[in-house]
Amino acid sequence: MNKGIKASSDDIWKNRVDKVNAELFTLTYGSVVAQLVRDFKNDYQKVNQQLEKMGYNIGIRLVEDFLAKTGTGRCQSFKDTAEVVSKVGFKVFLNVTPQVTNWTSDGKTFSLILDENPLAEFVELPDDERAKKELWYSNVLTGVLKGALEMVQLEVDVNFVSDVLRGDDRTELRLQLIRFLKDEMPAGED
Amino acid sequence: MIQSLFILNRSGGLIYQHDLNDGLNKLSANEHLILAGTIHGVFAIASKLTPTAVKVSAQPRAQSQGSAVNGNTSGLKSIETDKFSMYIFQTLTGVKFLLVTDPAQGDLNSGCDTAENVLRKIYALYADYVMKNPFYEIDMPIRVDLFDRKIAELVKAL
Repeated sequence: MNKGIKASSDDIWKNRVDKVNAELFTLTYGSVVAQLVRDFKNDYQKVNQQLEKMGYNIGIRLVEDFLAKTGTGRCQSFKDTAEVVSKVGFKVFLNVTPQVTNWTSDGKTFSLILDENPLAEFVELPDDERAKKELWYSNVLTGVLKGALEMVQLEVDVNFVSDVLRGDDRTELRLQLIRFLKDEMPAGED
Repeated sequence: MIQSLFILNRSGGLIYQHDLNDGLNKLSANEHLILAGTIHGVFAIASKLTPTAVKVSAQPRAQSQGSAVNGNTSGLKSIETDKFSMYIFQTLTGVKFLLVTDPAQGDLNSGCDTAENVLRKIYALYADYVMKNPFYEIDMPIRVDLFDRKIAELVKAL
């Protein structure tokens, strides 16, 4: 089944997604983050928050495009969700496929390891010590995931736990399922 | 022949209505709202009444644009009358698309499939021209000219 997902998302990526120049994309995101850092006078916590907020607003819109384009049905378990986020979501929008790993035994928390991060292609964090400790450069992703999953009735908590930009070994996002939003489940679904 | 399109938000509010046949007698805005609210309610009741045996089992995901995207597995799918047919498509986020057409000719199932195909295309247009419009506020009425035009083009091309 996993093979099926991969093949079909490859196909969607190739044939049904409009592409944009990767550098334009990276530079646009970079200038947004840099401007936020200036606007918030190097208060990196606030920058993280703002990026997450922006991502959330992207996520709640982008999910419709995702569903319309990929024809993905409802996942039967959170494990399925993890696979779809990585192999379809990240693939279709960013052309990367993060590894899904580090499941907790209750099956509610997992990590996405980004071997490649298109957002951070040319980036080096500012030289002051705080940026490397406080700024999550790609924090927009946490918001996108949170917003998109909320629209399909999954409340999740998403955080970066490490980032190669900070000198860590790898870039890792942690997703925790808080609850299924049962009350918001549309009628007519089982 | 497609007569009219309705879009309902997650809470059953009417956010879009477009008559695609100029010859129709117009309903008032209020009547449209009542119609949308009624459908939303009847849809919820229908999903409770559906016997388990006839529920469409959830499709395995990512079938080549299969019917998986339709979250409407046990609600009201279509209404057939002598004067018109109505088809309902619900996305996983809970948005409903309603299509009113001329009465189905011949096989009812093939009518449903055709309608679902059109509705899926309308959903793609909605994702592109409504959701990606940064100034569109979610769950609010859709007043987007470009979307109107694209819908009209789509219907004309059928």
